[in-house]
Amino acid sequence: MVPQAWYLLLSALLFGLGIAGFVARRNTLVMFMSVELMLNAANVVFLAAARDHVPARGSACALFVIAVAAAEVAVGLALVLALFRLRKSVQADEVRELRA
Amino acid sequence: MSALLLLPTVDPAEPLLDAASPLWLTLLKSVAVFGITMTLVPLLVLAERRVSAWMQYRVGPNRVGIGGSLQPMADLVKMLFKEELKPDGVPAFLFTAAPAIAAITALSMMAVVPFGGTLEIAGRSIPLVVADVDIGVLAVLALSSIGVYGITLGGWASNSKYSLLGGLRSSAQMISYELTLGIALLSVLVAASGPEFGSFKLSELIARQAESGIWNCFKLPLGFVLFTIAAFAETNRLPFDLPEAEPELVGGYHTEYSSMRFGLFFLGEYAAMVAGSAVIVCLFLGGWHFPYLTKEVAVGWGGALTQVAVFLAKVLAFLFFFIHVRWTLPRLRYDQLMNFGWKWMLPLSLLNLLFAGIGAALGWF
Amino acid sequence: MLSETTAFLLFSAIALVGAVNVVTRRNPVHAALWLVGAFLGVAGLFLTLGAGLLGAIQVMVYAGAIMVLFLFVILLLNLDTTPFEGLSIARGASLLATAATVALIAFPFARARELRAAAVPDEPELPATAGNIASILFHQYALPFEVVSLLLLIAMVGAIHLARRPRRDEPT
Repeated sequence: MVPQAWYLLLSALLFGLGIAGFVARRNTLVMFMSVELMLNAANVVFLAAARDHVPARGSACALFVIAVAAAEVAVGLALVLALFRLRKSVQADEVRELRA
Repeated sequence: MSALLLLPTVDPAEPLLDAASPLWLTLLKSVAVFGITMTLVPLLVLAERRVSAWMQYRVGPNRVGIGGSLQPMADLVKMLFKEELKPDGVPAFLFTAAPAIAAITALSMMAVVPFGGTLEIAGRSIPLVVADVDIGVLAVLALSSIGVYGITLGGWASNSKYSLLGGLRSSAQMISYELTLGIALLSVLVAASGPEFGSFKLSELIARQAESGIWNCFKLPLGFVLFTIAAFAETNRLPFDLPEAEPELVGGYHTEYSSMRFGLFFLGEYAAMVAGSAVIVCLFLGGWHFPYLTKEVAVGWGGALTQVAVFLAKVLAFLFFFIHVRWTLPRLRYDQLMNFGWKWMLPLSLLNLLFAGIGAALGWF
Repeated sequence: MLSETTAFLLFSAIALVGAVNVVTRRNPVHAALWLVGAFLGVAGLFLTLGAGLLGAIQVMVYAGAIMVLFLFVILLLNLDTTPFEGLSIARGASLLATAATVALIAFPFARARELRAAAVPDEPELPATAGNIASILFHQYALPFEVVSLLLLIAMVGAIHLARRPRRDEPT
């Protein structure tokens, strides 16, 4: 059995890459992809932590995360489409109407 | 938080896949399944050309071999010797990977399809399937959803507007019809489930049909029709072959492909047809089961070969239906396709699922 | 045969390489494809964790549906390689903060080996088969399950409303 700590470390790395992509990139699509990466890292933690004692419950929780991710993507991509229709661009830093 | 920090146990030597069957047996079965599929594909190409000729009252290719029987071989040789054209400025890796994805996903689907029941021979019971995994039908769905990438990427990597439009259409079409496919599949799983039974394994779904003697297409006629239509859309066959609609998009996603790269797309399409038919036969037409002809446990080679023969006969019959439909129906327009998928197929599949649920709860099946 | 450790190393390498490339590729199509790779790697990890059902769902939902949708949008908008975005001071600072966060998360994770379970549930262990997951979902988690289905419905309506082209006569 691979120690759970390895899985947890891996998920921390994936999560970190997700945050890095989210803060460093300005393409809204890539930012969304980074969010997906973070959600996946969370799933790895759920399943790894549940492996030895409550595997079925861990899977159920991960299933919820996947469902929420699907909902988030649907709305997110619709937002990107609406943004592109207004701005002809998907760069997040070009949307600054509300900036003083 | 403390629940997260559970005590791990370390045992690095444990194998990931506990070998229910030895490796050589699995390899042997893979080779057999691969061989059968790769034999069916050229047969299918030949049948398609001859059947279309027959339906259109022309002769069709009849020069190579006896009655044109070696035409697929001639096609293959032609494709192998053609020049491999690559348009300017295309990403080389993706351009080559796309047809490979299309072919590999379609061929791997055959791995979870049971060709027969269990062969009892020499004190060993061998299931006649390469990988009888717990998630059987889900693996089929997963592979078919990965198959979309082959076409989408082929369209994108070609760096051509016709290809791109073909790729876009295919991704939209496949997402739309995958819903119906999944929900129709769900109705089969629901109908086959009970308080103490329920499985994703294709082999067990077939065993269930064999046990009751009634195939799922009689229990869930609507589900059968919906699944078949969705399978047509997933394999990009007429009347749903919009991704490659010749009059509007030239060759669609494979406009820029030639030689063996095109050959792989071609192979992928026909392998997907074979796999689709095999899955439909397993889910709805009783798989290897035929009344009075097959037994659940095939003792010796005779029983096993009967089962495999029954299964292949059903698959071939269904493939003929595939071809027949292609040369009978006209192509849908794109908006008609989308309307049909979302406004008819999806609600009907939900209705069918409801029917299956009620039926399972009341014990109709 | 493939041992679990080898499988873990292989799949985690795929996931990490994919994730790094998602963040660094400037062409969104390439980023999306690397993300598909990362998802497949994570699906492999789910298999090594004994959650085959989740692995299949991961491939179906993430790689098969979500990423196809992403690709669809990227191709629809015909997005090309974005110009280099540059690293401003603010962004560099936020990256540093990210690294610190990751270290904060990773530190207790790395020490998990030495920690003992404070709370092990007294119920019997259930393997993560579809049946067991379903019975948990439909009994204990029935309410969250319904809430999630409602969430998906709301998301669907919202997505349609947002992405719909406004009609001529209605104000945008």
